[in-house]
Amino acid sequence: MLEPLRGFFRGSRGGRTGGPPASPGGRTPLNGSPAEATLSVRPSRGLEEFFTQIRDTSGLTILDLGGATQKNVSFITDLGHRLYSEDFLRMLNESFGADDTVDQTNPGRIEYFLKQTLDYPAGHFDGVLVWDVLEYLNPVLLNAVVERLHYIVRPKAYMLAFFHSDDKQDAVPCYTFRIAQLNSLEIERQGMRRPAQLYNNRSLEKLFGKFDSVKFFLTRDRLREVIVKV
Amino acid sequence: MSSMPPARIEAEPRGGAATVGKAVKVVGQIFSREDLYIDGEVEGTVEALEHKLTIGPNGTVRATVKAREVVALGNIQGNVEATEKIEIRKDAKLTGDIRTARIIIEDGAYFKGSIDIVKPEPVKVAAKVQAPAPVAQTTAVVSAPVATGAPEMKR
Repeated sequence: MLEPLRGFFRGSRGGRTGGPPASPGGRTPLNGSPAEATLSVRPSRGLEEFFTQIRDTSGLTILDLGGATQKNVSFITDLGHRLYSEDFLRMLNESFGADDTVDQTNPGRIEYFLKQTLDYPAGHFDGVLVWDVLEYLNPVLLNAVVERLHYIVRPKAYMLAFFHSDDKQDAVPCYTFRIAQLNSLEIERQGMRRPAQLYNNRSLEKLFGKFDSVKFFLTRDRLREVIVKV
Repeated sequence: MSSMPPARIEAEPRGGAATVGKAVKVVGQIFSREDLYIDGEVEGTVEALEHKLTIGPNGTVRATVKAREVVALGNIQGNVEATEKIEIRKDAKLTGDIRTARIIIEDGAYFKGSIDIVKPEPVKVAAKVQAPAPVAQTTAVVSAPVATGAPEMKR
């Protein structure tokens, strides 16, 4: 699983995935500060596709890895679903340190991190809003996380993940994603952050090779919205 | 659970709410029949079924919490059931599962757990109101006062 991604891996051990200490919202920009946050709304085909799968059924269990925001909580629960909230990036910083001093390949650390963030029974979730958090994981940790997601999400369920597609950038915009409507997102730019690796369609297909299917939507702002079917 | 006799918590400095001050640690069960403000440390269970429970900015609650309304400004670890609503304010930290009719989460708040939105059941609530209360007023079983001395109890 790691080999195909190695060519996309950037930076030193752990890159800068840890970033500086967690901000209250868990988004920790590499450059910039929350004071620089800019807000915009944009359509999201990926989100639309995700909700197409879950909006006609109530009582589903959805996991949001972007941390709790009022809009996402209201939107998901108004559809009659149960929402689990996990501030993934904040926990990433807490588990692996803010200054890249702890290797993300350390098995003990990885196990601890998974226990803190994704310790759920098999097939527990009917959908996962992954957002862009996978971009900041080194290959070893990334594969452990993807493996765990495959375990805790029920078969035939969907996940929505975002990946930047511009392989010329050392740092990418870091966002907080809030659901505005079924097909649009309010995105709040929190600064820049260096991804651990960058992706193309091929590498993403390999990353999610164990999953049933992967569908891509490329946005105008060079973001790949990816719908993964378990 | 402690075998010590229940102690009364009688402070009312916050608009009629009983208070667990920031130098107080309570281990055990708290049942409140009035609004309750916790700015200290509580381990066990907290119930204020018909009232508002506020966890102050210095408050640390490791407990199962049930109240009509919960406002979190401090730290809660445990499941929370709020029949009316729960507010998780900026800088608050809540780890646990929430069952409530309405939830408000401010930006900057940390929450880890699940959220179940449940509609209030007026018939059952009415039945509970008529049932005799197990204890009078706000009572707590206190077994481990903080190092600063005896529990703070004022009205």
